[in-house]
Amino acid sequence: MTDDAAPGPQPQTTSEQTTAAVQPSADETTSTSRLDPVPGEWRRVSSKYIVVDLVSTLVWGVVMTFASSLPAWLLDWGIWWWALPVAVGAIMLATIILTPRRVRSIGYRLRDDDLLFRRGIMFQRFVAVPFGRMQLVDITRGPLARAVGLAELKLVTAAAATGVVIPGLPLEEAEELRDHLVALAETRRAGL
Amino acid sequence: MTQLADGDWHRLHPATPLLKGGIAFIAILGVVIANLRERLIEVFVPGLECPEEFCTDDPISIILDRYLILALLATVGVLVLIIALFWLSWRMHTFRITDEVVEVRSGVIFRSHRKARLDRVQGINVSRPLFARIFGAAKLELSTAGSDANVELSYLTGANADGLRAEILRRASGIRAGAAAAAVETLPGEGQGEGGADALPADAARAGLGDVARQRFAEFTAPELDPDLAPPQSVVTMSAGRLIGSTLLSTTMIFFVITIAVMVIIMTTTDAGSWVFFALIPTVFGFGSYLVNRVLKSLRYSIASTPDGVRVGYGLLSTTNDTLPPGRIHAVQVTQDLLWRPADWWMVSINLASHSATQGSSAAQQKTTILPVGSRADVLKVLELVLPELVTDETRLLIEGGLTRSLPEDGYTTTPRRAAVLRWFSWRRNGFLLHPDAVILRKGAIWRTLTVVPTARTQSVAAHQGPLERLLGVAHVRVHTVAGPVTAEIGAIDVTDASALFRDTASAGVAAIGADRSHRWGAG
Repeated sequence: MTDDAAPGPQPQTTSEQTTAAVQPSADETTSTSRLDPVPGEWRRVSSKYIVVDLVSTLVWGVVMTFASSLPAWLLDWGIWWWALPVAVGAIMLATIILTPRRVRSIGYRLRDDDLLFRRGIMFQRFVAVPFGRMQLVDITRGPLARAVGLAELKLVTAAAATGVVIPGLPLEEAEELRDHLVALAETRRAGL
Repeated sequence: MTQLADGDWHRLHPATPLLKGGIAFIAILGVVIANLRERLIEVFVPGLECPEEFCTDDPISIILDRYLILALLATVGVLVLIIALFWLSWRMHTFRITDEVVEVRSGVIFRSHRKARLDRVQGINVSRPLFARIFGAAKLELSTAGSDANVELSYLTGANADGLRAEILRRASGIRAGAAAAAVETLPGEGQGEGGADALPADAARAGLGDVARQRFAEFTAPELDPDLAPPQSVVTMSAGRLIGSTLLSTTMIFFVITIAVMVIIMTTTDAGSWVFFALIPTVFGFGSYLVNRVLKSLRYSIASTPDGVRVGYGLLSTTNDTLPPGRIHAVQVTQDLLWRPADWWMVSINLASHSATQGSSAAQQKTTILPVGSRADVLKVLELVLPELVTDETRLLIEGGLTRSLPEDGYTTTPRRAAVLRWFSWRRNGFLLHPDAVILRKGAIWRTLTVVPTARTQSVAAHQGPLERLLGVAHVRVHTVAGPVTAEIGAIDVTDASALFRDTASAGVAAIGADRSHRWGAG
């Protein structure tokens, strides 16, 4: 239960940000323009989830690449139609290469009154869900995740946009977390 | 206290099947009359005979001549069967209101039993469709959160519906019986309403036809809102001129005029004229009905504050009114069409937790549009009604600042200049303000918008950043509320400000949950 006590890279001046806009590649400037509303330690998901994510991305990638190559394959429309499967394949390859980083970017943190969730490297997303607003906590397990003993925890509030799904939790941890969250939600019960 | 709320099972208005199938009934009657027109004329004007061969070949003549008894028996049989079915379904349709729940049982073959907790009530709607209104009946609908989670009592007598609404709201508010008796005495309007509910059905049965007609007429011409129920200074009403003017200047209207102009140009300049003409007619009719609907529905509009929440009334011929208890409004948005700006007209829409799946999208839109058009003073008054704890004398200036152009000292944190590329025209205006009770977002230079989300109603909050935003050192923040026309999202905000907004909204939400007692708004 670390709270947001760390000072972090928060204080910054406008001039620094203007340089960030000009030369975003420089390391110290990207750190200032990068979104990190609640600096501190995050609880990461299991590294086994990398395997699950890799396999499912790989299967998807092969299917998508094959499907996008169908026009070039079946219809005699010219060589340029091969560009489509090449592009799809390249995107899928990049996704696969980035998978370990993407999985490492998933994190959650329990604070006194709410749960914080983060994910994404290119498109970052931070969500705070107060315990009193949780309507439902769901555990789902796909065949791949079950093979490596992982589960997925889903939080449902009255807003559909909340969309907090924590993948890649070891089953015991997921169940423990679910019971903990349900108990917390019960003590902080409120109207809608 | 209304007899209907005594905890026993009760039945609905006996004319319910007729009222529910009212329009179909009239339509069938119309078809029958149109088909028998010749015969009816013959019956009433005996001298006017129809041509010989037409009358003898008429299938009705054949039936009347040869199978009279059989036809009569069949008609009577079908009628008896229909009446028996209707009677059975009416008998099986019962409801019960206890201190804690409302229950409805219905259905003959497929039984259904619906139960709703009173402290989970999101709003009560009393509507009087034109046909039911002629018979003095009304429909009471209790909405709870979720889609199609409404408990509907259709139909009740009008006075019963009003009395029942007052009683349900009193029980839902959590005022205990002892306190309630005192409350009824101090509120003469409600007291009268409930007394009337007991006496009315018996009176109506005893009264002659003339009295019934007079009573109906009185109900028809009575003001939409009982003046005893709400102090007049808290009431916002609609002026006909403004409603018509705003409709003529709306984006839909402009779109329509352009469509018509294009069609007419095509018609006059090309050969495809006749085809376009056939497309033109339904367009004109469709749009005409939209305009008439909008004007008719909003003409007798009123919004007022009652002890049990905001009350919104609509409708000229078919009337509807919604009572929204405190704390049931999840987000508010004030918007302005481009052409409304010279007149300073605004529209207010809200997010509600209940969604009516049966009434269709137009009804849902009407329910979430809490002020179809109003002046700035009206907007402030409506905001004061829907968010009473937020709109005070100090915050009034902040909110007015949200409706005008950006001023240096108005308290809003706006988009930094370097991110103007993301908000070409509105970067000076685009900003937010965090009040302890609400998040206020101000957006748009051409289509001005002000969004207010009470922190006691936020479900969660999210901060996002994409690659382009990272390049510019900005982020966007979204406050999640229940689904509705209002989306509370503010983009192109400096990373530091966005982070602060995210943190503060999250902690303000937690604090507001702890302090929120609105699900039992009358208790304590």
